[in-house]
Amino acid sequence: MAAIEVQNLCREYRVYRKREGLLASVRGLFHREYETVRAVQDVSFRIEEGEMVAFLGPNGAGKTTTLKLLSGLVVPGSGTATVLGHVPWLREDAYRRRFSLVTGQKEQLWWDLPAQESFALHREIYRISEPDYRRRLDELTEMLEVRRLMARPVRELSLGERMRMELIAALLHRPDVLFLDEPTIGLDVVSQRRVQEFLRRYQREQQITVLLTSHYMKDVEALCSRAIVINRGRVIHDGPLAAIVDRFSRHKIIELQFAANRVPEHLDRHGTLLENRGPRVRLQVERQRVSECLAAILAESEVEDLSVLERPLEDVIAELFVTDTGQSGVGE
Amino acid sequence: MKRQSGMSWSPAAAVRLKWLVLRTAIEERLVYRGDFAFSTLVRFLPIVTQIFLWSAIYQDDPDRALRGYRFGDMVSYYLLVMLARAFSSMPGLSTGIATSIADGSVRKYLIQPVDLLDHLFWHRVAHKLVYYAVACGPFALVFWLCRDWLPGWPAWPVLVAFVASLLMGFVIGFLIEAWIGLVAFWFLEVSSLIFIYMMLSYFLSGHMIPLEYLTSWLPFAEFLPFRFLAYTPAAILLGRIPEVALWGELQLQFAWIVFLLVLNRVTFTLGVRRYSSWGG
Repeated sequence: MAAIEVQNLCREYRVYRKREGLLASVRGLFHREYETVRAVQDVSFRIEEGEMVAFLGPNGAGKTTTLKLLSGLVVPGSGTATVLGHVPWLREDAYRRRFSLVTGQKEQLWWDLPAQESFALHREIYRISEPDYRRRLDELTEMLEVRRLMARPVRELSLGERMRMELIAALLHRPDVLFLDEPTIGLDVVSQRRVQEFLRRYQREQQITVLLTSHYMKDVEALCSRAIVINRGRVIHDGPLAAIVDRFSRHKIIELQFAANRVPEHLDRHGTLLENRGPRVRLQVERQRVSECLAAILAESEVEDLSVLERPLEDVIAELFVTDTGQSGVGE
Repeated sequence: MKRQSGMSWSPAAAVRLKWLVLRTAIEERLVYRGDFAFSTLVRFLPIVTQIFLWSAIYQDDPDRALRGYRFGDMVSYYLLVMLARAFSSMPGLSTGIATSIADGSVRKYLIQPVDLLDHLFWHRVAHKLVYYAVACGPFALVFWLCRDWLPGWPAWPVLVAFVASLLMGFVIGFLIEAWIGLVAFWFLEVSSLIFIYMMLSYFLSGHMIPLEYLTSWLPFAEFLPFRFLAYTPAAILLGRIPEVALWGELQLQFAWIVFLLVLNRVTFTLGVRRYSSWGG
């Protein structure tokens, strides 16, 4: 059964175009130029209950706008969407009790008070019974290792600690759908991994539906098996994460170890020499030329070890975004 | 896949939520105690300057009546206006709402099953309660020092009308300033609107000068809601509104609350529809 169903969703913004300089500012008092930015164009996808899906795209691709549409924060220009059977932008309480949105910004916690005060307020807002509240709070603080920080004012927490508190606030009411917008942005490696591990474990145990946007491919690879790639407001891939490499990577990497430390010259005629630390060499070649290159290298040199690898997902995505980005939007 | 194990809605749950918002907001207000205590105390300075100003005007003959106010009446009026403004002024409310719309932090109220206006209202009640807790001592002192100018203890219907008018003044002040904040859904920046409101309310609420001085050349002042922010409560307690007219006056004040409430609701609904959730 579909938890999220999106059909031909579109959203445009009218943005004031200010030219540079004082004169342009004065002119802007009398006459303003606007441009229309298509943040989301004809986006369609379907996410089943219990799936954890990555929503990828460069800055301005329309990821955050899509999440805002699904959270009911903005109303679309056209198209339809249902989340758990609700139309998000009607903002019914019944829907708002069943999802959570977590972004990298301070969202739900009272800045000057300890997080426990905000959690107590959430208990009333979401009408969580006292035993459920106690049990969930215990579980979540244990899993996220923040029990000792409960009495500390939020503004005195580190970014990583605050993000973990935000996650607790978002999950206390056991949402069925969780929208995560760059949940690890700005976090150090340790905090990133902790949040990542928590999300993986929590999703596996609770079987909630998660839509995750992240620029950290490590997050994505660790958590999701399916990815929707969006660029300039349009979906350009919807399928297994691994298929992104097959579909969009035009190259493979050949790792070679030559015998007797004898690296042949002009290896770069086969492709791009990524690394040459003789006797080990890494060479990037076009996918369709892999066997041809290997045959040529093996014919002219003695090779001790050899492997053919896919390019890292991060590189493929970065290349895809660069080649596919003809314009930058403000749809983020 | 409905995994909610929450409790269903009940009046008790709604009251509990309001109480918790109130309690949490009180706790938050008490965090910045130094700034809070200072800002509370300096609020008494204007009344001192007003007393000096009017004592200069009346120095030749304190019993002379200007527009029906002798010097003692004028001091009483300003003391009561100060009290009424302590209820109806909402420092930072419009700016706070406008900023939260501009920087996107308002989304907290849009994604959670809470009512923004209700939430802000109880937040403001907390703000006022803490303010009164700190200010009641200085208020009592100022009233005691000026006791010779104050009228005698009023009849109980007048006292009830005065308290009702003060409380409704609080609601009107809240609704006007909340509405100005909500206009930010269209213009983002509302500081000029706030400035105009401050200016109008200073004149037309009777804060600057009793309304009797203005109504001869600004007759429309009595048809606006501003007078309920300061003048009306003071005029009720000073007996300037006859007892037979009290009920009508309170009804009119209540009608303004209903109108402003509807205006806020409509503005919020339309505003959210055109909201673009700026701020990432």
